[in-house]
Amino acid sequence: MNQRPAPPQVPFWRSPQGRAWTFQIAMLAAFLWLVAAAYSNVLANLESRGISSGFKFLRNEAGFRIGETMGVPLPGWGVFVILAALAAGLAASRLMARRARSTPGPRGDAWFAAGVLACAGLPVLALWLTRDAVDVAHYSETSSYGLALAVGLLNTLKVTLIGCVASTFLGLLVALGRLSPNWLLRTLCRWYVELNRNLPVLLQLFFWYFIVLQHLPDVRNSLSLGEWAFLNKRGLYVPALVPLDGAWPFCAALLAALAAAVVLRRRSRRLRDETGAPGRWVVPGACLLLALPALSWLAAGQPFALELPALKGFNFQGGTGLSPEFTALVVGLTVYVSAFNAEIIRSGIQAVPKGQREAARALAMGEGQVLRLVVLPQAMRVIVPPMTSEYLAIAKSSSLAVAIGYPDFVSVGGTVLNQSGQSIEVVGIWMGVYLAISLVISLGMNIYNRRVALVER
Amino acid sequence: MQLTRFCLAGLLTLALAATASAGTLQNVKKDGFLKCGTHVENPGFSALDDKGQRIGFDIDFMRAVAAAANVPEIKYVPLNSKERIPALQSGEIDLLVRTTTQTMNRDTALGLSFTTVTLYDGQGFMVRKSSGVKSAKDLNGAAIGMETGSTTELNVADFFRKNGMNYKPVVFEKQPDVRKAYDEGRCDAHTTDISGLAAQRSLMKDPAEHVILPEVISKEPLGPFVRKDDAQWTDIVRWVVWLTIAAEEYGVTQANVEEMFANSKDPEVQRMLGKTGTLWTDLGLDQGAPVRVIKAVGNYGEIFERNLGPKTPLRMERGLNAQWTKGGLLYSPPFR
Repeated sequence: MNQRPAPPQVPFWRSPQGRAWTFQIAMLAAFLWLVAAAYSNVLANLESRGISSGFKFLRNEAGFRIGETMGVPLPGWGVFVILAALAAGLAASRLMARRARSTPGPRGDAWFAAGVLACAGLPVLALWLTRDAVDVAHYSETSSYGLALAVGLLNTLKVTLIGCVASTFLGLLVALGRLSPNWLLRTLCRWYVELNRNLPVLLQLFFWYFIVLQHLPDVRNSLSLGEWAFLNKRGLYVPALVPLDGAWPFCAALLAALAAAVVLRRRSRRLRDETGAPGRWVVPGACLLLALPALSWLAAGQPFALELPALKGFNFQGGTGLSPEFTALVVGLTVYVSAFNAEIIRSGIQAVPKGQREAARALAMGEGQVLRLVVLPQAMRVIVPPMTSEYLAIAKSSSLAVAIGYPDFVSVGGTVLNQSGQSIEVVGIWMGVYLAISLVISLGMNIYNRRVALVER
Repeated sequence: MQLTRFCLAGLLTLALAATASAGTLQNVKKDGFLKCGTHVENPGFSALDDKGQRIGFDIDFMRAVAAAANVPEIKYVPLNSKERIPALQSGEIDLLVRTTTQTMNRDTALGLSFTTVTLYDGQGFMVRKSSGVKSAKDLNGAAIGMETGSTTELNVADFFRKNGMNYKPVVFEKQPDVRKAYDEGRCDAHTTDISGLAAQRSLMKDPAEHVILPEVISKEPLGPFVRKDDAQWTDIVRWVVWLTIAAEEYGVTQANVEEMFANSKDPEVQRMLGKTGTLWTDLGLDQGAPVRVIKAVGNYGEIFERNLGPKTPLRMERGLNAQWTKGGLLYSPPFR
């Protein structure tokens, strides 16, 4: 074996790698120095101007009220048990699904059934076992600034989540409309996209809040659906479900029926593929879904009671309501972002080669099947990366809530900032939280992207 | 945009503009203008007239301070209530006259000094006449519109808690949005300082349709704020306000100030107007300062009548803001 000649020795600073490292380290050092200098400068300035600093103020009493609050689950063992059960359920169901794939026949079906039950059952069981162990903090004027911020954050997350899901579906519909052979539908969808893309989102929020929703009738002349639902400029009021003693058995029965129906479907599909006999699962599945909860109702009593909203004093009391601020924000963001999503989805669909569609049709697939089984899975590769930015946009634009009076994270944070005067701290919390939200969305989408991306061999 | 503004004002300026504040008077004179924080729009206090000039009660006190420092120009920085304190802390402005309530926390923990009171106000509620509400105690369960980031939110919470009543806050960033939401019927009541309610009412579609309820649920002494680290500047602002109050007490007006300066036999008036003594030079100003101030804006009574009084759309009575000799709270310390 002949030895390779040793590479000529170059001095450290002349090798590309050495230089790269040197520059990286120098940059990092400069950056750290800058951060440290700015930090100590801020502290010194705060001190010299007699402004108090630090995060101790988060424990102080807030003293103001927030228009829309949700209970905030406090981190205790109960929460961890639920999270652990959720993770265990997911892991178990994946494991069993793999088992089900590798074992054909009824035993595979049994594995599959176990997976479905584990996935849904474990978290529900944990929820039931720990229902008294999870401490939920309800915000009131006497709560701390920290809890106020948490409530604001939950409000922001609620809007972001609903906005992401709704804008995706709406975007898909509009994209399909734009690709439709029907001239009227195509043109309408095109105008929808152009109009929404070219108007600033803040303007659109004002439009929904001040123009559309404020022109609903006032409380006394509400639009109503019998005694059940009322719509006025204070919001939409619908009956609330109040859980009674029978609630838990009822949920369990519903879950079991659902799992059974899923397994039935799988079994009938398998039998159809193996023997060619048309599987029947719709009717038995539906019967199961009706019968089991009904049995539980009979055995354990009524699961829920309806609480109807009723006009009392200034407004409707009882039931649940959607405030106009929340509605305007969700509708405004959804409509605005859906236009961008529609264009992304359209580009994804058009990126799928025409031959794929023709081939699918040649296999006698219906239009729905072509879209669901051939076009969309391939379009996903193009769609997912730009969609990430749109989801980020929803999370960030939700901070415009402050303009239409919805108590989101920025709005509540602004009040905290003004009441406590701790501007640097509050701005720091704002930046940290939005960064975290964006990174989580980005991470999730990246993981999903890896799954749908083209696997190259 | 909001966030950017905060980051820039709150973080960068604090971090980098290290010692912008020592010797505010010298800096202001050197720049040739006074940087003042003001309302975006609050008629009577700070709003644009038809010629595009800023006028109002708050603006007149800024003009008085500018006249005292003998600077020709004022740079107005419109701020919402959330932005005003960081703007002053960071040195973006030198003087904040924006119906800001003087509270202990603002005086102690925020690096600010309040100077003195320009208007004794209190928070109240406004409702539609047609609602039939006669007292704030009738507001149980009402939706109440208010501006974010002020003492307003705390006072309402206290009032309703104290009386065992419930309410739903509808909170906006800017006063015009609160007015719009209330005017459109989103809220049953509008709350802010009573002077602010009068200002907002003058802008409603039909001002006669709204009444301000009799309850005053808080004390709101409003006045100019400065940074804490410049005692001389604090004193200047304070004594300029007291000068306008004392001028009313002694009958010195915009019209007669020069004549009073020349002819008044009252030794207090002579000292106050800088004819005798060294009061104004001790403050770091010149002897001509007081006459310039009164010539620019008049005495307190004139400022009040011009911006808030019965002949303006706000139609406010003097009430607590009358001179102490007439049953009010206005009382200037002696000029000696």
